[in-house]
Amino acid sequence: MDYAMLLQVLDSTLRLATPLLLACLAGLFSERAGIFDIGLEGKMLMAAMSSGAVAYLTGSVWIGLAAGILGALLFALAHGVASITFRGNQLISGVALNFVASGITVLIAQSLFGQGGRTPPLSGAARFNPVELPFSGALSGVPVVGPFYAEVLSGHTVLVYVALALVPVTWWVMYRTRFGLRLRAVGENPASVDTAGVSVVRLRYAAVMVTGVLCGLAGAYLATGLQAGFGKEMTAGRGYIALAALIFAKWRPWYCLWACLLFGFFQALALRPDIVEAVVRVKVPVPFLDALPYVLTVVVLAGLVGKAIPPRAGGEPYVKER
Amino acid sequence: MTRLPPWADVALVPLVSLLMAAGISALVLLAIGQSPVEAFNVMVDGALGSAYGWGYTLYYATSFMFTGLAVLIAFHAGLFNIGGEGQAQLGGLGVALVLLYTVPFPHWALALPAAMLGAALFGAAWAAIPAFLQATRGSHIVITTIMFNYIAAALMVYLLVDWLRPAGQMDPASARFAIETRLPTLNEIPGLSLIFTRKVPANVSLFVALLACWLVWVLMWRTRLGYEIRAYGKSEKAAAYAGISPFRITMIAMLLSGALAGLMAINNVMGEAGRLVGNAAEGAGFIGIAVALMGRNHPLGVVLAAILFGFLYQGGAELGLWTSIPIELRTVVQGLVILFTGALDQMVRMLLGVFFRPRRVPA
Repeated sequence: MDYAMLLQVLDSTLRLATPLLLACLAGLFSERAGIFDIGLEGKMLMAAMSSGAVAYLTGSVWIGLAAGILGALLFALAHGVASITFRGNQLISGVALNFVASGITVLIAQSLFGQGGRTPPLSGAARFNPVELPFSGALSGVPVVGPFYAEVLSGHTVLVYVALALVPVTWWVMYRTRFGLRLRAVGENPASVDTAGVSVVRLRYAAVMVTGVLCGLAGAYLATGLQAGFGKEMTAGRGYIALAALIFAKWRPWYCLWACLLFGFFQALALRPDIVEAVVRVKVPVPFLDALPYVLTVVVLAGLVGKAIPPRAGGEPYVKER
Repeated sequence: MTRLPPWADVALVPLVSLLMAAGISALVLLAIGQSPVEAFNVMVDGALGSAYGWGYTLYYATSFMFTGLAVLIAFHAGLFNIGGEGQAQLGGLGVALVLLYTVPFPHWALALPAAMLGAALFGAAWAAIPAFLQATRGSHIVITTIMFNYIAAALMVYLLVDWLRPAGQMDPASARFAIETRLPTLNEIPGLSLIFTRKVPANVSLFVALLACWLVWVLMWRTRLGYEIRAYGKSEKAAAYAGISPFRITMIAMLLSGALAGLMAINNVMGEAGRLVGNAAEGAGFIGIAVALMGRNHPLGVVLAAILFGFLYQGGAELGLWTSIPIELRTVVQGLVILFTGALDQMVRMLLGVFFRPRRVPA
């Protein structure tokens, strides 16, 4: 594998890591607040469909993005109602909402466009187009660093950079703001937060809503950035892989970035049979490559994760003392 | 909170949950410009309106009983097995390997136990790795079993295309099983043939499934192992203190769960298709979650819920045939039923509490 090839793989790594990263940070907010969210997948799917459909109908990717966020927020609200207000089982609520999303996206897309549950292909202003970073042309002559800057870092859609920027933002919110402190506290020991006179319910709803917004970005990126339109089940388990990344990162923002880049790299490898075969020197059947990201996710989850301790109050509904 | 009388807890709560799920589904249909009344009529007519429709409803119900029991056993051990789908696909592989590559069976009654063994072994094997990782490394079983569903799908494509497909055949499917191993369908069973006059897919697997429900009841409520599984599910710490090994219970519960999910393959692969086709389980593994929750984690409830989902599945297929409503409506209803019975049951109880004499109990 030469340098040019490596750059290509790293370029698609960044593209494929973006939805994982957005979903992973989404899960971070929810789980740090003590609400497990298996439903990242469904929220992304819902956002992908809403953004794809609305972007096509209005011709504006930004309105599409807003619709995507709205769609994900709707599902986040449902998860909040089930797991905060009615103190239901958070795992089951998440799985249930994933099924609802999987069905309802096809139902809506089919009734709107009649194309077998897809949205029509998006083009022009209806999708996010690549952004050239400044000086990418001028710097490309610089050895090693220049091509890396021009090929890997530059030329992505704006949501890729938003996702990257959200990592320090998330870190700052979590560790340098009052909201973040309370959010982490509510995931570890909600009773103490309650005693301090802060509403556990309101904090947890706020966290779940942030999760919704971030899942909305992730889903919108899938339908309007990574691909040109929504397709049935297009999230393909990304919500679960993002959860695996979140566990691997032990619920810390910067580690989320590295974990998602790793899983993005696995997905990028699956798209390049030529490289995989050059490395292992055997012809690899296509289904094996399809399964590769999922196998490696299990391997990472089982082998590389040390002791991962989730937020202590995670999954436990908070019952105020009476 | 208001405490409901036991009968209301057992019967009314699932029923009201179901009605709410149906109500929201109706709203969804209205929102996409379809008539819920017409849809309901088509479903009832197609799934329950004739013996022929019942033949399909019961066929699906058979699969759902197996996958529902699979989820039930894991639930009782406090484990959430969403990998029933992959385990059922692998069960199909087990059935196909036994029927195609072992001895030629002279009669279905001999082939059935062998095929069941293959199905159970392969299903259990597919659950074994996530179970082992959960028991030893604490790897989140929900994520690992989901990953194994995707891996199973890829594995089955590979095996069907590159290994099991007979030479010269275009579609990715195995060779047909020998005619002697075909399971009798309900219309071929003396007595029942008076009711089922046309060929239906429901077959003797239905009786195996009912037997499995009874055996699971015996296991869970009449044996020491069942008690240990339930104790572990209620409180891991207390169970460990009582000398119950968490590793052992996690492994046994998940292996049984995988074996039951795999066993559904005698219905769809051996009974209906007569060969192994791609995506043979068709989502039945996932429906097991809804069936177990709707059936309140009891085998009798699983039987009833499986028939209900058999109706939903067959009715949904009829919708796809006769109306322009996409077949994915089934997935929506399935998700809503899981949501209302599994996560919003407190809400349903609160609502019902209004109708019963409020008897406050101190928290």
